[in-house]
Amino acid sequence: MSNPIINPENLVYEKSSVLLDNTMHYCPGCSHGTVHRIVAEVIEEMNMQDKTIGCAPVGCAVFIYNYINVDFAECAHGRAPALATAIKRLNPDHLVFTYQGDGDLAAIGTGETIHACNRGENIAIIFINNGIYGMTGGQMAPTTLVGMKSSTCPYGRDVQLNGYPLNITPLLAQLEGTCYVTRQSVHTANNVKKTKKAIRKAFENSMAGKGTSVVEVVSSCNSGWKMSPVKANAWMEENMFKAYPLGDLKDK
Amino acid sequence: MEEVSLLKGNEAIALAAIRCGADGYFGYPITPQSEIMETLMAQKPWETTGMTVLQAESEVASIYMVYGGASTGKKVMTSSSSPGVSLMQEGVSFLCGADLPCLVVNVMRGGPGLGTIQPSQSDYFQSTKGGGHGDYKLIVLAPASVQEMADFVDLAFTLSSKYRIPSMILSDGAIGQMMEKVILPPFKPRQTAEEIIEQCPWAATGKPANRKNNIISSLELDPSKMEKKNVERQERYRIVEATEVRYDEYMCEDADYLIIAFGSAARISQNAVETLREEGIKVGMLRPITLWPFPSKVISKYAEKVKSMLTVELNAGQMIEDVKLAVNGKVPVLHYGRMGGIVPNPEEIVDALKKQM
Amino acid sequence: MKEEIIIAGFGGQGVLSMGKILAYAGLMHDKEVSWMPAYGPEQRGGTANVTVIISDNKISSPVLNRFDTAIILNQQSMDKFESTVKPGGILIYDPHGITHVPTRTDISIYTVRAMDAAAEMENSKAFNMVVLGAYLKVKPAVDLDGVIKGLKKSLPERHHHLIPMNEKALLKGMDIVEKLK
Repeated sequence: MSNPIINPENLVYEKSSVLLDNTMHYCPGCSHGTVHRIVAEVIEEMNMQDKTIGCAPVGCAVFIYNYINVDFAECAHGRAPALATAIKRLNPDHLVFTYQGDGDLAAIGTGETIHACNRGENIAIIFINNGIYGMTGGQMAPTTLVGMKSSTCPYGRDVQLNGYPLNITPLLAQLEGTCYVTRQSVHTANNVKKTKKAIRKAFENSMAGKGTSVVEVVSSCNSGWKMSPVKANAWMEENMFKAYPLGDLKDK
Repeated sequence: MEEVSLLKGNEAIALAAIRCGADGYFGYPITPQSEIMETLMAQKPWETTGMTVLQAESEVASIYMVYGGASTGKKVMTSSSSPGVSLMQEGVSFLCGADLPCLVVNVMRGGPGLGTIQPSQSDYFQSTKGGGHGDYKLIVLAPASVQEMADFVDLAFTLSSKYRIPSMILSDGAIGQMMEKVILPPFKPRQTAEEIIEQCPWAATGKPANRKNNIISSLELDPSKMEKKNVERQERYRIVEATEVRYDEYMCEDADYLIIAFGSAARISQNAVETLREEGIKVGMLRPITLWPFPSKVISKYAEKVKSMLTVELNAGQMIEDVKLAVNGKVPVLHYGRMGGIVPNPEEIVDALKKQM
Repeated sequence: MKEEIIIAGFGGQGVLSMGKILAYAGLMHDKEVSWMPAYGPEQRGGTANVTVIISDNKISSPVLNRFDTAIILNQQSMDKFESTVKPGGILIYDPHGITHVPTRTDISIYTVRAMDAAAEMENSKAFNMVVLGAYLKVKPAVDLDGVIKGLKKSLPERHHHLIPMNEKALLKGMDIVEKLK
């Protein structure tokens, strides 16, 4: 009575019941929190909490299991698609997804990623691409843009020295085993909606046994990029989207 | 009546895995153990028991598929040979760190490096001392016959589940490739989903409303918590050491000299014991079946009775270190071994023992 | 009874399968058996050998350096294994492709012209069964009946129609084996 505003009829937003109450350790402005929320909402909406097994990465999202309230297996760096392969094959009625960063998916785990996709494992891969190693302190990632600075390419990525950014998602779209490959972002409300739709589709595909779905989320890492969150988003739109344009790459 | 088959050691492992209710096999071809996956694929157990068999893209992927399967409480295994098992060591360390039961079969070949495809026992250190990083142990079973290749699959799974410690069958190219008579174990059904939930309350089986989410992980950033996890694991290891030691004795009772050998080296040494006994030399053989936990107690007991001991190994002298620790200087312990894929013949062992007398 | 045999020749001559059938025959006689191949890249032209032990008692070492019987099918194997036959033991070889004949005087030596016989039968695949037939005649550690039963057990059903041909080859080997000394 003392606070007449907090009433069910005034409710416009509610935390997903699949999210835990732990305070997220992510930096302000990070995309991980938003994507976690989307994953939790989709699991809730699909009524799959008791049938979901997540594969946690090594990277900033290593503690994803402290935030999303489903069973998880913590993977070694890069190995999530191998774990997910076995988990799904041995538990075909479960929803199995991996959540991986760019270093995890496109550097150390390239082999596992490509082969799981190529076998058409009925799993969903959520790929956070922010062009940098966040957790270890801002080192160069396979997706770091040419000229972009990191702690291991402090003068900017030089193709002579470091090679080119690895644009892995179109590669995965070419594989027969993938059914749905899309590239999204979560920097505006509209993009959040689109990403949610994409993750829902990926999860539905895997339950329908259609093959592997890959949802890349082009993200910002304002701490690693050494920018304010707002500036990081603007920089992402200007530079990252040029190298990694948004949209569906495959929808079979 | 039980049917007697003539099988290769590798084939026996595959058929025994299906029969003992294994849920999954994930592997990558490598000589001299490829018959394990070949036999499984030919049997198509997914049509009968429902067992999953998958050829992975690498040994690294195989061991992490095992990790994934084991995370959900399933009975899963992989097999490889020395170079492939080296590649798996990161995953083995993770499996131990996450306390996941599983079975890894190593049909050893000579190394280091690509080495040779011929039999060897030079992965003893890797298997019993921890081939990857961190303080951990595997339950290591060393079969010396095709029959034991078949029998140890179920034993390995049982011990592994009981203690939540990965198990290893440490064999070699000789036992893997040879054919002998074998009686396969009876069929056991695979565990149902309900049984897994009941027996593995820790497993990632999907979170029901009435429990917290299960997390399979070897990660703990708080050192005090991490130490606690390690201490608990070490306590479990002490229980295994106290209760699960297995070995075989051959003509040890009145022995003046004791040969200690495992796996194929034990088979050859047994022949040497027969010859030496015919010459009136009192030699016995002790064959460790569990390489970890190692039969230290019984060896230390024999150190009070025999004049000396000889370890026979297909390596430069690895198990001898554990024997020496058990003997603790009471009697001389010598080693006879061949390396690089050479298998000694019984006469060499006879000569080695005579030299020691 | 304990019979320790080495069979050695080129890969592709059916060395390993001959050993396997012999081991199966031992199994049919309720004996203990072991079959230990020198494994490796099994391709035509490479060398192949297999140790087969048939025994009344449990077999200790599957790996041996002295044999009761050696069945030798090429010169490299003759060079390697002639000296490994136990005194009083048996050596059987096909003279085809042998340039240096065995010289041991303390063992019994037999020849079987299996290559010629197989050519005569217009069936090169019968070669190893002709050799095995020679062995059966010389050293009846297992008998023909056991070998036929062993064949049935070791061959997949779809190959069972080949058994009469194999039997013919076995009989041929038994017929043409010759004692040298």
